[in-house]
Amino acid sequence: MTSQTVSIAITGAGGAGVMTAGQMLLDAAAKAGLYGLMTRSSGPQIRGGEAAALIRLSTEPVDCPDDHFDVVFSFDWMNIDRFASELPLRSNSVVIGDAKAGDGPEILFKSGARQTLIPLTQSAKEIEGGRPNMVGLGVLGELAGVPIDALTLILEKGLKRKGPAALASSIEGVKLGMKLAQDLEAEIGINLHLEPKAKDITRWSLTGNEAAGMGVLRGGARFCAAYPITPATEVLEWLAPNLEKVGGTLVQAEDELASVNMIIGGSFGGIPSVTATSGPGLALMTEALGLAVSAEIPIVVIDVMRGGPSTGIPTKSEQSDLNIALHGLHGDAPHIVTAPNSISDCIFTAQWTIHLAEAMQTAAIVLSDQALGQSRNIINQPADLSFFAKREVAPAHVEDYKRYALTKSGVSPMAIPGTPGGEYVADGLETQENARPSSQAEDHYNQLDKRERKLTSYDYGNHWAEIEGDAEFAVITWGSVTGPVREAISRLEAEGQKIKLISLRLLSPALPDKFNAALKGVTKALIVEQTHSKQFYKYLRAEYDLPKDTTVLAKPGPLAFRPDEIVKQIKELS
Amino acid sequence: MDSAVQEKPLTFKDFKSEYKPVWCPGCGDFSVLVSITKALAELGVKREDCAVISGIGCSSRIPAYTSVYGFHGIHGRALASATGLKVARPDLTVVATGGDGDGFSIGGNHFLHACRRNVDMTYIVMDNEVYGMTKGQASPTTAADWKDSKLTPHGTGVAPFNPLAIALSAGASFVARGFAGDPNGTAKLITEAINHKGFSFIQVLSPCVTFRPEQTEWKKIVRKGEIVGSNQLAEAATFLATDDGFSTGVLYETQRPVYAPVKEEKYTMKEIEESFAV
Repeated sequence: MTSQTVSIAITGAGGAGVMTAGQMLLDAAAKAGLYGLMTRSSGPQIRGGEAAALIRLSTEPVDCPDDHFDVVFSFDWMNIDRFASELPLRSNSVVIGDAKAGDGPEILFKSGARQTLIPLTQSAKEIEGGRPNMVGLGVLGELAGVPIDALTLILEKGLKRKGPAALASSIEGVKLGMKLAQDLEAEIGINLHLEPKAKDITRWSLTGNEAAGMGVLRGGARFCAAYPITPATEVLEWLAPNLEKVGGTLVQAEDELASVNMIIGGSFGGIPSVTATSGPGLALMTEALGLAVSAEIPIVVIDVMRGGPSTGIPTKSEQSDLNIALHGLHGDAPHIVTAPNSISDCIFTAQWTIHLAEAMQTAAIVLSDQALGQSRNIINQPADLSFFAKREVAPAHVEDYKRYALTKSGVSPMAIPGTPGGEYVADGLETQENARPSSQAEDHYNQLDKRERKLTSYDYGNHWAEIEGDAEFAVITWGSVTGPVREAISRLEAEGQKIKLISLRLLSPALPDKFNAALKGVTKALIVEQTHSKQFYKYLRAEYDLPKDTTVLAKPGPLAFRPDEIVKQIKELS
Repeated sequence: MDSAVQEKPLTFKDFKSEYKPVWCPGCGDFSVLVSITKALAELGVKREDCAVISGIGCSSRIPAYTSVYGFHGIHGRALASATGLKVARPDLTVVATGGDGDGFSIGGNHFLHACRRNVDMTYIVMDNEVYGMTKGQASPTTAADWKDSKLTPHGTGVAPFNPLAIALSAGASFVARGFAGDPNGTAKLITEAINHKGFSFIQVLSPCVTFRPEQTEWKKIVRKGEIVGSNQLAEAATFLATDDGFSTGVLYETQRPVYAPVKEEKYTMKEIEESFAV
């Protein structure tokens, strides 16, 4: 292990304050100089019901859940069995419950994990206005080694509006919890304390959905049309107030057909435009994506993938929209598909995708997923990047202006309404160079070539993939699965085994030359993806030459990949 | 182009493009094109500051026949694209156009929400009670007993959609009906509609001489200017209760808040990024 890490699951009924305690623990850990990741898991209830905050704290940045939880902390055991498959435990895991709730269900102890009951509710009652979740926060803070100063700072920030009395009772509750945990540590002989390494680095706390919103804003998007859908809504909810702050606009649409056509309208007007959705919404948008390709109007659609098909499993992650994103458009419709490989990378990939769509005047889909979108991560403040929307526009009064002129790059200057002399009709019909509709073979060939040329001749630099290490054995993956793959590789490296990582950020267009160069010297490959039908593997087979010795590790959602599964698979193949 | 040419007032001919429409000889849409160009000339807008947005269908070909910016998108989505354009670019004059199938069937949901959203733009529907581009099928405004379509040989058996009543109940702030046989009257309605602050809707009865030849009789039936307009919703609705669909004029006009988000750059990206710092 290269980093010291603790994984904690907090569960309880709705109203128990599970998520509040979880987020405060995460933020306090960040204040103390640690890193972390928090995934939410909840039942199908709209409000209330049982919920779990799945937290991993670490001395180094973390991108994925660990193999096991060290601590399960339950306020009331409420339906905890529903989460059992998401809570892998081992013999030295500790399951902590409230003495008032009695023993936990058997399923938690099959692993040999130990149960410890503490007087949670009773302790909270000893404090005026005391709440069990604050005592719980203290217990968990102490177990992970998060100091009281950091917890106090977060409480002050979070409870500012509730007044000094609420703050005082919360601090008292946390302190009491810490005392309970110290007794527990002594009693069962555990020490999970993390020792922060670099305290003075500025850290950000954000979800992948917020990061994607931030990315498109950095990239220059200033118009968004929104229709809510799980698990993408937070991208839109983050953009609503923040677009406004920089002079942009968000409009709530009546459906996804409207939202995508609205952003096409906004972008036709010269404003870089974006929307976010999930699988069912993307399916509704595909006709309009074809229009954006044909009329050469740049738009970006962020698809935060969930389990499919149809309504599927809306609150869980899967990578199964890859096929529709790549191949869902009718006709020959070359477009851009990108995918962030971590929560932090949601910023970069979203920003870069706005830049690409604008530069090439076409439709682009960003494939994020629920695991990235709805998890909260503590990251180092990312660098400010220079990628900003830069569309090639036509100046005023161009003689004999041709909107779809056959240029060498395939990109032709776009006249923006308000520009005299540039008046043209953007059209879903095939056109001549001058934008006049045409059903002639020559025009169709020319425009098809032009729209393809734009994408294939563009210089994507090194951003098309993350390539790490050099070895004869390569793991090829994409999206959120990159996190556990990366951790698996680093564990094997610690054991002396070298593995190459190739994680694709650009999925369309395919870049065979770059991919072949990346595969140089690779004789054995493992492909890891979160689908049932091996969509990524089939895409790679169609576009690239893979080594003869290639194995696929594919599993659908809802359960996340854990590094250990990948380590085992690589060891089996080595 | 020199500035002397720019300053000369544009006539309706300046708002027409050089392209010959695909429409059948005698189609009502020719006349609606004239009305739109006359209205734009009357309003004195600059060509570059105006956009005509459409979906799919015979009448949706209209943007190419004007000399302003145009957008010929996909079936049923003209209002969505027009809304996006106007909200993102409030400085432009935005006119959405299309037919009864495009606007009331596949685009019906957008019609309802455009009426209630009240974005400052104009929607002109050329209503001929038929799908012409696909060669003659019943549309939402077709009478229930029309049997001339191969698709519905027994008639649709479905009561027709009443565009003015729907617009009124969905909250449109300007509702009118025109007739292709009265290009000057329709031009006047379009001028008023564009001048209206908020969403304005005009149904223009526009005969299809090919698939609904009986509509050539409309010129004898239509009663120009007979609609008694009101700024009272109940009065407008009462008028519609006994209306046969062949009267023209402004039915309803009122002022209510226009959907127009404030665009003001108040923060730097740095300030926004700071909200993530722990």
